[in-house]
Amino acid sequence: MNFEGRHITLHDMCLRDGMHPKQHQITVDEMVDIAGALDAAGVPLIEVTHGDGLGGASVNYGFPAASDETYLRAVVERVEHSAISALLLPGIGTVDHLRMAADCGVKTIRVATHCTEANVSRQHINLSRDLGLDTVGFLMMAHMISEDALVEQALLMESYGANCIYCTDSAGYMLPQDVTDRIALLKQRLKSDTEVGFHGHHNLAMGVANSLAAIAAGANRIDGSAAGLGAGAGNTPLEAMAAVLERMGAVTGVDIFKLADAAEDHVLPIMDEPVRLSRDALVLGYAGAYSSFLLFAKRAQEKYGVPSHEILLEMARRKTVGGQEDLIEEIAIEMAAQTR
Amino acid sequence: MTTKAKAAIIGPGNIGTDLLMKCQRSDFIEATWMVGIEDSAGIQRARALGLRTTTEGVDGLVAGFSADPVDFVFDATSAYVHAENSRKVTALGAMMIDLTPAAIGPFCIPPVNLQALLDRGPTQNVNMVTCGGQATIPMVAAVSRVQPVSYAEIVATVASKSVGMGTRDNIDEFTRTTSSAIEKIGGADEGKAIIVINPAEPPLVMRDTIHCLTKEAPNETDIRTSIAAMVTDVQRYVPGYRLKNAPIIDGHRVTISVEVEGLGDFLPKYAGNLDIMTAAGLRTAEMIAQRRQSSRSSL
Repeated sequence: MNFEGRHITLHDMCLRDGMHPKQHQITVDEMVDIAGALDAAGVPLIEVTHGDGLGGASVNYGFPAASDETYLRAVVERVEHSAISALLLPGIGTVDHLRMAADCGVKTIRVATHCTEANVSRQHINLSRDLGLDTVGFLMMAHMISEDALVEQALLMESYGANCIYCTDSAGYMLPQDVTDRIALLKQRLKSDTEVGFHGHHNLAMGVANSLAAIAAGANRIDGSAAGLGAGAGNTPLEAMAAVLERMGAVTGVDIFKLADAAEDHVLPIMDEPVRLSRDALVLGYAGAYSSFLLFAKRAQEKYGVPSHEILLEMARRKTVGGQEDLIEEIAIEMAAQTR
Repeated sequence: MTTKAKAAIIGPGNIGTDLLMKCQRSDFIEATWMVGIEDSAGIQRARALGLRTTTEGVDGLVAGFSADPVDFVFDATSAYVHAENSRKVTALGAMMIDLTPAAIGPFCIPPVNLQALLDRGPTQNVNMVTCGGQATIPMVAAVSRVQPVSYAEIVATVASKSVGMGTRDNIDEFTRTTSSAIEKIGGADEGKAIIVINPAEPPLVMRDTIHCLTKEAPNETDIRTSIAAMVTDVQRYVPGYRLKNAPIIDGHRVTISVEVEGLGDFLPKYAGNLDIMTAAGLRTAEMIAQRRQSSRSSL
């Protein structure tokens, strides 16, 4: 593999996906500090939102330390070169949130749906495109369907106005061949000027390898997270990804050492616990469950005395999708009743 | 002997046909019209059951109204055409029961506010909120009638196959209408609604989580009693409405989860989200018809 001269856009997730392991408690000061460090390292795109996207503030997913608007205004103000993106899940956030984010100066909107439900994203993608924003369709839990089915959904998002489509491995389940098959078909079937991206989770330690497979198959946007801060075992570690890409000749515009500084000196200190490939994270990746279920399962374990990895396995068995965090407590109660 | 009130159904699709089947069993409502815009399977089915049908839309109903009048019209079309349907129907003196998210008339969640709506005097148009609203607002009200609720949030998880294009094209309308009704009818100071669509096969039965944050520490005993009574009230028209677990009380948070299995009349049983809409719409018409009848007989 050789990516000599390939331009790859690296997109940092630690201030959005990283909100999951932080239970959405990253402070505004911490966000501004980390965004400043990423900006200095030349990271072109930084996502800033509640872990579950705009409007995610809730009993169900957790109330954040500050509102999306407060975070976005503060970070947009701080960065000089980086563009800021925001995530939106239809069903949780609405076009009102999208307008607010645009007003804050967000340049990229990523509209995320479960991989089979792209047609709930029409109004949000339409609006983002009408506002002149870089508009991304983000197909989550993409391991659950075939590449053909994924392409059908991607074509819908493209028809609504998305200029970039993501294959999102929310469970960290995919292996390189799974990524290759999906990205290659997306590249083949989408318009030639539609960009394709890959979002990985490191639950089977495949973040970098899967991202390389994605690039080899034609993707040019890659998500990762400084110090890996993200749900489950975290996202693809961005500093490692950048270093590997530089060794392979790709052009990212990122300063490896400054990015490593950002990870080590700015992101690592805010971690409540090291983001690592724990038993729970392994189960997420092995069985294919949504990565942000992890902490909910841990809390249910504390309250109901049921092993968290058993809860996560059951969530995978029931073919749950992103957003079904409310089922975790119910499953824990049922399992506790069975063992009694 | 009591005579049944007559009703027209606009929209012979899945919802309209399911509603028709429920009407067939009703002691108070008789569906006499099915209104469509083409000679669809739904129109043919209604005709075979002996209903008067039209494929001219609401204008067909208007034209034939004097020969075959109705007391109620159920609109099972879309928010986009509801306003016009409602204007034409109410001008004829029929009451509109709106199953679309248009929400021209006041919200109606039968076990929570139908009585109060009726006490307020005649209403030309009532709106049945959303499927998520019908399934969850009774639970919010069950808590808020015991003690003040500062915030209520509902998460509706529904099978992909039970979510039609109308909802998908404007999913924000679900979020907004449901949030608003959580406040206005549920009695919470602030409401939030979330919908999650799951494509698993076999399709999952509608499941809802209701989180209420009470202002003072929850009065557990009274809340449990109130919830149990409300579940019984909903079961009068949706027998498959079930509490999943005992309510979880954690600090000021009261969390309730329910499962809504439909009757499987025309819609499949897992589509409790659609069943509860048709059942609530019919329940509303029945209660109004009953009330009209008793006020006539008492004269």
